[in-house]
Amino acid sequence: MSMNTFRGGVHPEGHKELSSGASFESYLPRGEMIYPLGQHIGRPASPVVKKGDRVLAGQLIAEASAFVSANIVSGCSGTVKAVDRHRTIAGTFTDCVIIENDGLYETLPGVGVKVDPSSLTKEEILAKIKDAGIIGMGGAGFPTHVKLAPKNPDGIRYVIANGAECEPYITCDDHLMREHADQIMAGLEVVLSLFPHAEGVVIIEKNKPEAIAAMQKAAEGRGRIRIMPVPVKYPQGGERSCISVVAGVHYGITELPADVGCVVDNVGTIYAIYKAVCESTPLMERGVTITGEAVKRPCNLMTRIGVSCGELLEAAGGFKDGTEAVKVLAGGPMMGIAFDNLNVPLQKNNNALTFLVRDEVAEAERIQTPCIRCGRCSRVCPQGLTPQMMSAAFEKKDYDRYENKLHGLECISCGSCTFICPAKRPLTQEFKIAKAEIMAIKRAAKEKEGAKA
Amino acid sequence: MSAVLIATVVIGLVGIAVGIALVYIGNKFHVEVDERETAIREVLPGNNCGACGYAGCDAVAAAIVAGEADAAACPVGGAPVTEKINAIMGTHSEAGARRVAFVRCNGTCEHTSTKNNYVGIRDCRAVVMSQLYPWDCDYGCMGFGTCAAVCPQNAISVKDGAAVVDSESCIGCGLCVKECPKNLIELVPYGQKTIVQCMNRDKGKDVKLVCEVGCIGCRLCTKQCETGAITVDGNLAHIDYSLCSDCGKCAGKCPQKTITGAS
Repeated sequence: MSMNTFRGGVHPEGHKELSSGASFESYLPRGEMIYPLGQHIGRPASPVVKKGDRVLAGQLIAEASAFVSANIVSGCSGTVKAVDRHRTIAGTFTDCVIIENDGLYETLPGVGVKVDPSSLTKEEILAKIKDAGIIGMGGAGFPTHVKLAPKNPDGIRYVIANGAECEPYITCDDHLMREHADQIMAGLEVVLSLFPHAEGVVIIEKNKPEAIAAMQKAAEGRGRIRIMPVPVKYPQGGERSCISVVAGVHYGITELPADVGCVVDNVGTIYAIYKAVCESTPLMERGVTITGEAVKRPCNLMTRIGVSCGELLEAAGGFKDGTEAVKVLAGGPMMGIAFDNLNVPLQKNNNALTFLVRDEVAEAERIQTPCIRCGRCSRVCPQGLTPQMMSAAFEKKDYDRYENKLHGLECISCGSCTFICPAKRPLTQEFKIAKAEIMAIKRAAKEKEGAKA
Repeated sequence: MSAVLIATVVIGLVGIAVGIALVYIGNKFHVEVDERETAIREVLPGNNCGACGYAGCDAVAAAIVAGEADAAACPVGGAPVTEKINAIMGTHSEAGARRVAFVRCNGTCEHTSTKNNYVGIRDCRAVVMSQLYPWDCDYGCMGFGTCAAVCPQNAISVKDGAAVVDSESCIGCGLCVKECPKNLIELVPYGQKTIVQCMNRDKGKDVKLVCEVGCIGCRLCTKQCETGAITVDGNLAHIDYSLCSDCGKCAGKCPQKTITGAS
């Protein structure tokens, strides 16, 4: 049975009006392109090109090195300048393939050839998705070919195309659905062809009426797909929230969506699947929203992955006259990560760059007080946790209580508790540390056991 | 009157019965404690800091008596405690030299500058998680004092944005070494003056951009060293303290003044 909405949730200000009126513009980068080898979940890809090689747009430059890993494809033509460490959006230095862009955008022969997906077997479809290097484009970056190959494909009841886009400021999925509804539908049908008993459901928040209309029009005559407009509430776009709304089930951290008969993919991922399977185009392009009060011309760009974030800001007109961003986020303000150096490449899973003129975190920190035990954090937690008690356990370093009594590892870091907290406690940040420390302790214990055995 | 007598007799009898029961139970459940264990426990410092690798002073005392741990197991007590334990146990272990913690970064406000306004939890581990290092140097001390918070002796203080260990009050328990997320803290022999005070492994050019006192890996120090104690690995000098004579010649030649203890 499906429910109207999921448990908990908050209503942050949308700020989507900044860029929601701007249709996609195609932007071809001019500067050098940088491809971090580890931009997906799993083992980093291993490079197949070396310094001095000439590459074409659409050419494989690094291949998946394990089952959970993904290929990386060049988005431009040019010469490989280096395979070296470079700063990434996460702030760390990782191995990257750096390509000197010649600006010609010569594509590899065979890219763009139309293919009828009904002529392909399941294995061929999965192979095409794997070759294209598609990963979850909503943020997490889990390799899609792994997600689409669960142990029991017959047990999948729902394939959910996630177009909720609940994060404030971001509008790229909205425009993708408005402008490429037919392609997304075709992509969803490709995914459905892998799962014989599944129904396709597209989740869209009700604050995107144009997208809902476009998708409903495109869904006409496609019997296995239905559009499901949902109430506007954060974190609707989370995988667990989607499954809760569509299938009415909850599942723990030890389970995967496939265990409860669901596959959830972002609409951007579905669009990439369409491009890879039906148009033989690997993942080298994505929609990205450049927004925030500090940006002169907030816009949605269809650009090549690997472009530097500084160049994207220039493409959006740079900063507004007289203003400067005090905070730069990859993603939106709820779950996005702050970074301090614009000389970093756009990755496959970055859906937006947000330039804020007000640092609300710093403002909140100034009026921070001890917990007043109002319990609002528990009320809004979509996972049904008790953030106030988890925070107390973290402060006492009582990780056993945090993990086993309070189930703190179930936290999805959505930030709802921090958002609602009237005492302005930095709850989500505490839980991120707690989770990382618990995982480190577990890893150390496992290694010790491995050494003994 | 008789009520008082009855009460006295009843209470007296109950008292005697309980007394007998207690003596019996006490004998029945008596745990043999080695006298040496109690004696060792008394000479140990009693901080329960865990530097020995056991759960606390009681645990290490039991381990010494059981022969699992050496008489010199307590690094905090040093030579005097080891001597006393030797006397109790009749062993002849020698205590290791006293070691103290040292923060290998001198990136104070004077020598480096900030690049962003980090906000959030004032804890070094939180900063590492966000990768938003407030100082120009990504390797250096962030000065939020996560090490100072775990120090049982309050020997660590943060001065001008970098942590400093007071080597007089440091007991060398090593808790801060484990806590520092940037692995900046090292245990060095007590009294050692010549120490490379930097952990930046970047190339010299990049180091000069972010810090005035960072190691640039120029290898001038290795040429000065008469005992071959200094090696440069990954653009960073490191001193092998077992070979170092603490002469300070390398410190005198260091162009960046990264090595402390110039003579």
